Amino acid sequence: MSKPRLLNREEESLPLERELLVRMHDLMVKARVLEERLIQMYKQGHGYFWIGGPGEEAFNVPLGMLMKKGQGPAYDYLHGHYRQSATMLALGEEPIGAMRQMKNVVTDPYSGGRNFAGHFSKREWNIAPVSSPIEIQYTMAPGTALAQKRHGGDGISIVTGGDAGTAEGDFASCLVWSSRKGNELPVLIIVTNNKWGISTPAETQHGETHVADRGKAFNMRTKTIDGNDPINAYLELKEAMEYVRKERKPFLMEAMVSRLYGHSSASGANMVGNEQDCLTVFEARLEKHGILTRKEMDDLRNRYSEDMAAMARQVIQEPMPGPETIWNHIYAERK
Amino acid sequence: MANMAQAVRMALHYAEENLGVTDIFGEDVGAPLGGVFTATQGLKTAWNTPLDERGIIGMAIGLAMAGAKPVAEIQFVDYIFNTIDLLKVAGNTCWATNGDWNLPMVVKTPVGSGIRGSLYHSHSFDATATHIPGWKIVIPSNPLDAYGLMISACQEINPVMYLEPKALLRIKGEERIPGEPDNDKLLSKMIDAPLGDRSQWKPQWPALEAYAVPIGKGKVVRAGSQVTVVSYGRTLPLCKKAADDLAAEGVDAEVIDMRTLWPYDWEMIKGSVEKTGRVLYVNEDTEVTNFGEHLVRRTVEELFYKLMAPPRLLAGKFIPGIGLADPLEMASVPQQGDITAAIRSLASEQP
Ligand SMILES: Cc1ncc(C[n+]2csc(CCOP(=O)(O)OP(=O)(O)O)c2C)c(N)n1
Repeated sequence: MSKPRLLNREEESLPLERELLVRMHDLMVKARVLEERLIQMYKQGHGYFWIGGPGEEAFNVPLGMLMKKGQGPAYDYLHGHYRQSATMLALGEEPIGAMRQMKNVVTDPYSGGRNFAGHFSKREWNIAPVSSPIEIQYTMAPGTALAQKRHGGDGISIVTGGDAGTAEGDFASCLVWSSRKGNELPVLIIVTNNKWGISTPAETQHGETHVADRGKAFNMRTKTIDGNDPINAYLELKEAMEYVRKERKPFLMEAMVSRLYGHSSASGANMVGNEQDCLTVFEARLEKHGILTRKEMDDLRNRYSEDMAAMARQVIQEPMPGPETIWNHIYAERK
Repeated sequence: MANMAQAVRMALHYAEENLGVTDIFGEDVGAPLGGVFTATQGLKTAWNTPLDERGIIGMAIGLAMAGAKPVAEIQFVDYIFNTIDLLKVAGNTCWATNGDWNLPMVVKTPVGSGIRGSLYHSHSFDATATHIPGWKIVIPSNPLDAYGLMISACQEINPVMYLEPKALLRIKGEERIPGEPDNDKLLSKMIDAPLGDRSQWKPQWPALEAYAVPIGKGKVVRAGSQVTVVSYGRTLPLCKKAADDLAAEGVDAEVIDMRTLWPYDWEMIKGSVEKTGRVLYVNEDTEVTNFGEHLVRRTVEELFYKLMAPPRLLAGKFIPGIGLADPLEMASVPQQGDITAAIRSLASEQP
């Protein structure tokens, strides 16, 4: 794993501009509050299942901030998974959409009440639909990347998923298809390693030292990074993305992250005490460097909490989709 | 006349030139081979993939998402089974996203028995394919339909599964493809890759014309009044021949080629069964939980009081595979004699 830049040493100053740090912090808080609200909605019976990404904000926020947002091959594609609400918010998404999906109301912007929480999709921004089977998104990313390579420009395909899922053949498919000699594809292959399958510890499922090492056999640039440090994640992602954008070749990045509320509501969705909380650590740093005061950060969190409580109250009043709508959109119609 | 492999190839050429097809790919699909059944020889967008069916379907989905128009091939349908969840995702993407995303992609794959393919080159896929919502599923039984259905598939904005009955890929049609030269030898010279070194070879495509067989429309291939026979793919020509043969015995059978399995032409089937009062469904997939069972169920539910005899299904035996030895294959899936006997018996059945 790369050494977290400047961490654990007396830092003179943080290596990113204040404005960026404040924005990153804002988004991390927003994402955390959203996930906690979603968990609460689930626990109050306003949803059948929760899965999300509290603990991964330090990685997912910078990812969204750095993406080239838009529709079509000139822009980045995200083939994400279900822990990426923070990426969505960083791209500019409104948190109420995730709540609507949690409550499966007709206004759910991602699936119209059809899919689980965290299963985002937004064609306007090249957000490929998240679907439940683990790792299948890794087979699709080379497809959008091929179209992008042909299209020209600097759009890339980004694919993310968990560490346990790398045992699926689809992960190998991605390594094979994106690295064929002379046909290399602009894919940023990301594994967010929280060291767990649902209840299965990583050390009982992988033989390799780092998941990222698997890219080496494919002549790919690879790196294992600390994904709990948003500054480090931002800088590493920026570098990796610049490489993929410019060289039109794949990069395999493994980001070590935490899983703060267990796997999902299936495992209780309760706070776990023994994982590093990226937000707490970052806030201490921001405070120490005089970027934000404790009070400013507390106020921010309270403001988001209130806003989102109000949104949730609104969402639970919204109508469910009508039963007759099951017949809609089985096929696309030519407009 | 062109054979079905040539027809598919010509349709794909037409689609590359006129319908925006950007990629035709799969295992050994590109040069030098041009597909194990030669259906993709000489195509300018054809390319070879890694030996990875899941990767092939994923690539097609990704390309379709990014505005390309892919035609992906699975070398034999027997190897599509390890992609089932990806097929499911391709079929449900439009629905799952409430209409936000659609996937204009075609998956073509050879199906069925008839080339002594043993356990893993003889499978059918109609029952499984029709169990995956969100796809349109077509299966031609002659070269002209193969051409026209491929054109329609390439014009679609939804996923289309194009099943190629491999027993029919080498059989010449009775009708010419619009634009095909009237000399078969000449056609072969123009578009079949030579044996040996092909590095300098380029096809000379005839001036093909647009001809689309609409998805969802069946065809009455033989009109008749006493019994309806509904089939598709490899067994269709056998049904036609059986009906022609039985005419000498005074049995007048109507034969319908479904051509599209989903969405299918129920109006055509219904009209025919209302007329004849008897119906036999014929296909070669294994008979338990067979697509024909669905058709039988619908016939019973909607047409019960028009029937003179129970609707029948003649299908493949429910066994784990098709054995290589000739008697094993013959016994496993409907053959000419089985079909003739089934029509004869149904025609004579009295209430
Ligand atoms: C193909 C497939 N198999 C099993 C599951 C059930 N399942 C859901 S999440 C999960 C564990 C995933 O772990 P990992 O890939 O490390 O991702 P994480 O959830 O930890 O981010 C499993 C087994 C699934 N969704 N898809």
